[in-house]
Amino acid sequence: MEPQDVDLSVPFGPLTLPNPLTTASGCAGYGRELAKFVPLDALGSVTTKTIMPYPRSGLATPRMAETPSGMLNGIGLQGAGVAAFVQQELPWLAERGARVLVSIAGSRLEEFVEVAEQLNGQPGVIGLEVNISCPNVADRGLVFACNPATSYDVVRATREVTDSALPVYAKLSPDVTSITEIAAACVEAGADGLSMINTTLGLVIDLDTGRPVLAGGTGGLSGPAVRPIAVRCVHQVHAAMAAGRIPPVPILGMGGIRTGRDALEFAMAGASGVAVGTTLFHDPAAPLRILDELRGELAARGFAKYTDAVGYAHRPVTA
Amino acid sequence: MAHPVVGEAEVLSNELEGVYHRLVLVAPEAAARVRAGHFATLALGGPSELLLRRAFSIHRADAAAGTVELVVAEHGAGTKELAKAGPGDRLSLIAPLGTPFPVPEGPVSALLVAWGYGSAPLFALAEEIRRRGGQVGFILGASTAERLYGVELAQELTQDVLVVTEDGSAGLPGLVTEPPSLPGDGQEGPSRPSVLAQAMDAIDATVVYACGPMGMLAAVTAIAVERGARCHTAVEEAMACGVGVCMTCVLPVVGEDGVSRFVRSCTDGPVFDGARVRWADIGTVPPDLEGAGAMGVSA
Repeated sequence: MEPQDVDLSVPFGPLTLPNPLTTASGCAGYGRELAKFVPLDALGSVTTKTIMPYPRSGLATPRMAETPSGMLNGIGLQGAGVAAFVQQELPWLAERGARVLVSIAGSRLEEFVEVAEQLNGQPGVIGLEVNISCPNVADRGLVFACNPATSYDVVRATREVTDSALPVYAKLSPDVTSITEIAAACVEAGADGLSMINTTLGLVIDLDTGRPVLAGGTGGLSGPAVRPIAVRCVHQVHAAMAAGRIPPVPILGMGGIRTGRDALEFAMAGASGVAVGTTLFHDPAAPLRILDELRGELAARGFAKYTDAVGYAHRPVTA
Repeated sequence: MAHPVVGEAEVLSNELEGVYHRLVLVAPEAAARVRAGHFATLALGGPSELLLRRAFSIHRADAAAGTVELVVAEHGAGTKELAKAGPGDRLSLIAPLGTPFPVPEGPVSALLVAWGYGSAPLFALAEEIRRRGGQVGFILGASTAERLYGVELAQELTQDVLVVTEDGSAGLPGLVTEPPSLPGDGQEGPSRPSVLAQAMDAIDATVVYACGPMGMLAAVTAIAVERGARCHTAVEEAMACGVGVCMTCVLPVVGEDGVSRFVRSCTDGPVFDGARVRWADIGTVPPDLEGAGAMGVSA
């Protein structure tokens, strides 16, 4: 098996994407900035920064602290709002052949619905990722993904108003007692897929000021530091699907993917797609390198297709 | 913004100048695109647990020689590691990034003001201003003499070079934006013009370029604007990516439409019209910015 013969294509709703790689929300802006480093149509898809109904300024600075093999961020969903996104960013992305997975959020259920409605029929959009798990919101009670009932309500309402051809993914937080319980609620509510994981809540203290470094106090931890947590979440939910406890839907895996080896680890855990996040800050040109490495890793292990490796870690012991 | 180049750059030399390291890197593609005020980022080696790139203003770029020069100060673990780079080592470089200094077409009289190694990009800027028939003066300040950068470079370009150190170990004692405190001088400082104001008057400066900490940039802007001069400031803000995707390096800036937004230091800056930066509001979310957070300085 030669690397160039490996088939990386993956199904996504009614579409077939050329490869399983996307950008993690919040790590590639709206795509325009990344296009200076990577041809956007070479990625399976581009996941946008989270879009909310209205412009939003986010949190005060400092918004970032570097941590061992990772970073803490507290941006607070700064963004231009859905109208500006639809008018200024989407046509530009569509012209470049980008397949756009739009991350959406709202501070209330009605706001998710409002954003989703405005994305129906827009060029380039291939699906929605419902961000119910951003930790950097003023009220932690707003993290819908911490509760099965609120997760269900948001996903169901969003699914109902979204064009049936567009898959709706729910983005989950690892900061919960049982991620399979939240995953089950989202799938029951009609989620076509699950994205795992969002950042996990952390805190860094500046010893000189004796205060948290981030203006918002806590922030979301990302990067290779969280990879084992993410792989565990994907593995756990995939296992629950295999055992029939959750109806099977595709999982988009993310958390510290830096190399093709890391992407394959997520595939084996059960990820039908993988997203590159914090690594883009280190190397905005990383996606093409990671795809090359992924082909090599698959070929070296005799996988002819990416899809053959999905869930490989769950095969029966006797096999 | 010039299209940035990503690549491995070979270290040609690493020389100690005061407490700083001047790295000369082989980067011909990037060098050809650099204008004064652009910056560059360096990544630490592959296995490092420090993932984030470090940003440095570009000291100078030589398109003919294909080199880019950066001045590195040892701040923390990352810059300490980069400062060890020696000839033949290869570093992951992205350059040029950000916005360059606007340079007026015709001859102008410009005062270039820096604190510490903030001066790094100003010498190439001075050369550009002089090429266009203008004249320059420098004020180079630092906490101590060894933390000054480029005093001799400035003196090769102009006779109008003022040196200021906080501890008085070189040049005038004090701060750039305060009146000079002269030994044996009983006069109350504040009644006299600041070092900056005196230097502006001495060369009839109509434009000021400044690089250094936020507090200094705020004070320099106030003095320059009061005297009717334009003030272009290059900010030093913590950033994770340097390419406009992470949104950590934002600061409140008044757009041409009069609306304030959180804009990115890395792609909308690092050079801003100082009069448009809301210096006092950095590190806060002022009430009028709630809901005004577009990605760029549109309009």
